[in-house]
Amino acid sequence: MSSDEINKNEVDIVIGALNADLTPFLNTWKPFFSGFHLIIVKDPDLKEELNIPQGFDVDIYSKIDMEKTLGSSDSAMFSGYSCRYFGYLVSKKKYIVSIDDDCVPAKDPRGFLVDAVSQHVNNLERPATPLFFNTLYDPYREGADFVRGYPFSLRSGVPCAASCGLWLNLADLDAPTQALKAEQRNTSYVDAVMTVPLKAMLPISGINISFNRELIGPALVPALRIAGEGRVRWETLEDVWCGMCLKHISDHLGYGVKTGLPYVWRNERGDAVESLRKKWEGMKLMEKSVPFFESLKLPESAVTVGDCVVELAKAVKEQLGSDDPAFTQAADAMVKWVQLWSSVNSSG
Amino acid sequence: MVDPANTVGIPVNPTPLLKDELDIVIPTIRNLDFLEMWRPFLQPYHLIIVQDGDPTKKIHVPEGYDYELYNRNDINRILGPKASCISFKDSACRCFGYMVSKKKYIFTIDDDCFVAKDPSGKAVNALEQHIKNLLCPSTPLFFNTLYDPYREGADFVRGYPFSLREGVTTAVSHGLWLNIPDYDAPTQLVKPKERNTRYVDAVMTIPKGTLFPMCGMNLAFDRDLIGPAMYFGLMGDGQPIGRYDDMWAGWCIKVICDHLGLGVKTGLPYIYHSKASNPFVNLKKEYKGIFWQEEIIPFFQNAKLSKEATTVQQCYIELSKMVKEKLSSLDPYFDKLADAMVTWIEAWDELNPPAAAAANSKA
Repeated sequence: MSSDEINKNEVDIVIGALNADLTPFLNTWKPFFSGFHLIIVKDPDLKEELNIPQGFDVDIYSKIDMEKTLGSSDSAMFSGYSCRYFGYLVSKKKYIVSIDDDCVPAKDPRGFLVDAVSQHVNNLERPATPLFFNTLYDPYREGADFVRGYPFSLRSGVPCAASCGLWLNLADLDAPTQALKAEQRNTSYVDAVMTVPLKAMLPISGINISFNRELIGPALVPALRIAGEGRVRWETLEDVWCGMCLKHISDHLGYGVKTGLPYVWRNERGDAVESLRKKWEGMKLMEKSVPFFESLKLPESAVTVGDCVVELAKAVKEQLGSDDPAFTQAADAMVKWVQLWSSVNSSG
Repeated sequence: MVDPANTVGIPVNPTPLLKDELDIVIPTIRNLDFLEMWRPFLQPYHLIIVQDGDPTKKIHVPEGYDYELYNRNDINRILGPKASCISFKDSACRCFGYMVSKKKYIFTIDDDCFVAKDPSGKAVNALEQHIKNLLCPSTPLFFNTLYDPYREGADFVRGYPFSLREGVTTAVSHGLWLNIPDYDAPTQLVKPKERNTRYVDAVMTIPKGTLFPMCGMNLAFDRDLIGPAMYFGLMGDGQPIGRYDDMWAGWCIKVICDHLGLGVKTGLPYIYHSKASNPFVNLKKEYKGIFWQEEIIPFFQNAKLSKEATTVQQCYIELSKMVKEKLSSLDPYFDKLADAMVTWIEAWDELNPPAAAAANSKA
């Protein structure tokens, strides 16, 4: 699918800048970012000036913009990997595509570079099918369809809220796993897009993700921060928590979440063993989160995304707040986020 | 376009996994010529042939295969009046093979399925992949975005709860098909030329609570764990419906596996499906099913088995009661089907008395 076939005006590519020099990253992606509007958000804790090459239609946001919007000098909500959420907040487009700055375009098995942006947007534009599993995966794809036994009433699908891509080379494994399997690289190109079924939970990675901002925007919450959170993915869970919320809200509102293509090629950064040295809070928090989300039922009265986030935050505070202060902070951040979202986007 | 693999020259597998613990069940009404191509991978295993249709017809089994064959006369003789639960003139009769088997594992394959090639051109040993799928855990409680985490080169992704990384026992391995895809009649009529040429290199667990259309063309399961629930229903001659045998079994086994904490996988292996059945004939068979499934699906989605149902047979009998209660109003067929489900379990338990079953599961 070429990028000519999607409407570039409906897309913002949001990049969180945790490192100052974005030149190699942006230049490598140029063939696929060209013609799109880019929002680059600088990590408020990054001191150096950003280095951005010519030839891109880009708006840059930094700590000053965050403070103006927040009305305070506390931009901790957007620190580190969470800086990209500020981009989600201020975007005016329908679709957002977000890729970590240590990723480059991958090659498919035929040797062609993968246009991750187009694939994501195509995933978002085609319906999702969370209510019944299609064994041939994406039924709307060229050369595929619904299989025998798939109920006809479910074949129009539901709107797709998010498209989660994957990673060749350095997969998104946690620190203990990567440290144990130091040489392991993901070489398996699985040629499929599929909808994650209703009620199934999954760990959504922020490394290569896109979503329908108009449909689900406020549900991507910059909320859970683990103690000693760092600037490598092994030391954060913000995207995984965000993903659990996003999936639950999508399920509640009747939207779908897809996973699979596109792949990006992820490069080395950081040291898994180093990351292991930090007391790995994330593990404990995930263990507590799973039974919470499994039994959670949002009230029927929560019909907007904002409502859902607020109700979810309430439940987090009530049921998980006493387990760990990180959850209370997450709940507060979620409420603050919804307020911020309404005030910034009140005109549309 | 895809082609089947050419298996001439491939030696018979010298180390066939689970050779004495697995039966291959093949329903046939035509011939078993396809087995010639499968020799390298299937010859070491014992076959159970279920001959449908005219019992006087002689089905030739290729030289070198060890097999037992049952025709309709055999089925009637062995089951007596209970034979009424086994379909006639429909590949659903294959489930008789599951019942008479004494092995722990079953692989079932259709007689128009040949060996597929993977993208590198290598012949796919479908049975070996099914066995791998069955022998390693499933992960129905949390979706792993890198698919099968136990596969060479893969693992659980960041954020996957550690407490869930042991997985659960796998009960069913559902394989796929290159070339002729398993489409229903309406889709076949609209897309007569469509061929599945996409080799998706993944095995994944179908999440708990999610139903799927289970195709019986290329399927393997742990008979000890889920066998009694693999009843393929009342189809074919004298029945108002056909081509829903495997679907029915798939919905039943998924509800029961979810209840008992067992896993169901789908994806690899691929086989090469060579024959497209006549879509007009298929439409006549499926017609009622297409309407009925709209009611049947919500029925299965909402089916809740009791805490007391701890064996497959108990789960299945409970399910049969629910079918009678909730689906009979859809059509009297379901009343008959519910009775047949009970008959099936009675026949299963007769042929597989508990002592023997215990001995089997220890093997």
